[in-house]
Amino acid sequence: MNRLISAACLAALALAAGPAAAQDPNFTRNLAATCAPCHGTNGKAIPGAGQVPLAGEAQETIASRLHEFRAGTRPATIMHQIAKGYTDEQIKQLAAWFAAQKK
Amino acid sequence: MLNRRDFIKTLGATAGVATLGGCAGGASKARGHVVVVGGGYGGATAAKYLRLWSNGSVDVTLIERNTEFISCPISNLVISGDKALADITVSYEGLRKWGVRVVHDSVLGIDAEKRTIKLEKGGEINYDRAILSPGVDFLWDQVPALKSADAQAKILHAWKAGPQTVALRKQLEDLKDGGVYALTIPKAPYRCPPGPYERISVIADYFKRHKPKSKVIALDANPEVTSKKGLFTKAWDELYKGIVDYRPNSELRDVDVANRTAILEFDKVKADVLNVVPPQRAGDIVAKSGAKLANGRWAEVDWLSLESVNAKGIHILGDSTLSAPLMPKSGFMANQHGKVAAAAILNLLAGEAPNPEPFMTNTCYSFVDAKNVIHVASVHRYDAEKKTLIVVPGASGVSAQRNEIEAAYAIGWAKNIWADALA
Ligand code: HEC
Repeated sequence: MNRLISAACLAALALAAGPAAAQDPNFTRNLAATCAPCHGTNGKAIPGAGQVPLAGEAQETIASRLHEFRAGTRPATIMHQIAKGYTDEQIKQLAAWFAAQKK
Repeated sequence: MLNRRDFIKTLGATAGVATLGGCAGGASKARGHVVVVGGGYGGATAAKYLRLWSNGSVDVTLIERNTEFISCPISNLVISGDKALADITVSYEGLRKWGVRVVHDSVLGIDAEKRTIKLEKGGEINYDRAILSPGVDFLWDQVPALKSADAQAKILHAWKAGPQTVALRKQLEDLKDGGVYALTIPKAPYRCPPGPYERISVIADYFKRHKPKSKVIALDANPEVTSKKGLFTKAWDELYKGIVDYRPNSELRDVDVANRTAILEFDKVKADVLNVVPPQRAGDIVAKSGAKLANGRWAEVDWLSLESVNAKGIHILGDSTLSAPLMPKSGFMANQHGKVAAAAILNLLAGEAPNPEPFMTNTCYSFVDAKNVIHVASVHRYDAEKKTLIVVPGASGVSAQRNEIEAAYAIGWAKNIWADALA
């Protein structure tokens, strides 16, 4: 982690301290960790184990798939149930977080 | 790791909300020493995530008596002969690479006042925060004939994966065609609600393929199947007619060890292989720690941090906890407990309050035969008024039907969760 990023982190934390932000600074990291048992730590799934990796996927793709799962318009064995656990805002946060992880 | 451009992209996309994963590690102000007792699904995950999320700033010691991790999930497939013990065994080396000090020892006691843990071989160690994740221990008092080690070597539980798993497999291999396997199931709550039903299913499948005259009897202390009832009973009706004999309200009172007979209140059931899953409570070390137990069995925790409600500085994970509503005692849940506890401990060690909005997810995949799987899943979030986690309305369910696709997902899940905890 370089200095620039640390500075940006601090900026982000300051931003988060605004009115909308009673949220823990690591809220999204923690939320994303609920997906890791299936999609891998930080979204890096074990290659060849049949689970879809999420790390470094396009943010829009992740978000739209989660919306489709939630709406029941995308075929699923399990994600239609899991996706209902998260709000629009949380889906946005999750998609941004996984998109920002290294593949 | 984020590069600057991605980082700013993320920042833009989520402006106003603090969501910058990737930051957290570098920015951790947490310092201290956390000792984790028990390297199963809960403890191993907590140990790894404490290192990952503190970016190595917090020292972590894991005390585990076994030299390798052996998974309970998937162990029923070792019993049915579809997998080998090696397939469900994982090394602790991965945790060492994360900088976790892994010590193979047994814990004799913990002193919450002095913040010390006494080891059998390794003397005493100090901690700033302790995590106890010992799983369950058995209430042998409720099955008096099985108190001795000798009796326990004959009438197996195989409810902790390892030598018992292999021994039960051997008993089934030795069983003559036409023999009877009987499993007793304790009243809920117990470790892994669907586990007993998965076990009778995959053993019935083994019988069907290899010993077709043999029978499976399930003696369930509960009034009905406690998990995925519709899917399990459908599988028994459609796949195992004449093989599986499921009997609810059949609580075990004791065992006649020599005759491999289950003694119920009004009945006795003789088997060739008798498999007793005894009633359970929090692991011994939790009971000895002074942590408050509900009914003398399960530890009451603050769900924001998994800290014991009374034993300060001691966090308790996994099967040992008094579960929140609709929260099963599962490996998946223990993984989630481990992460909520790790995040909370890092905040506390940095002088901050735990995340007030923890989430946990659960999924239990069960094999109904060697090729078909069913799941139950739920998403849980903290409810500040109820001070516990509740299932998010609508966010739960089971498989539409048993299917082969999820058999692949179940194995994939196992590989990913083992890596999530241990690699
Ligand atoms: C129990 C395992 C499990 C958990 C937990 C889980 N997923 Fe999934 N996920 C799957 C499976 C299996 C699929 C394939 C679709 C299906 O069958 O439901 C999938 C598919 C997806 C996809 C579509 C990927 C693609 O390219 O097709 C996305 C996006 C996704 N999951 C995101 C998430 C997020 C975000 C979380 C956590 C909030 C999560 N998942 C939690 C098992 C899981």
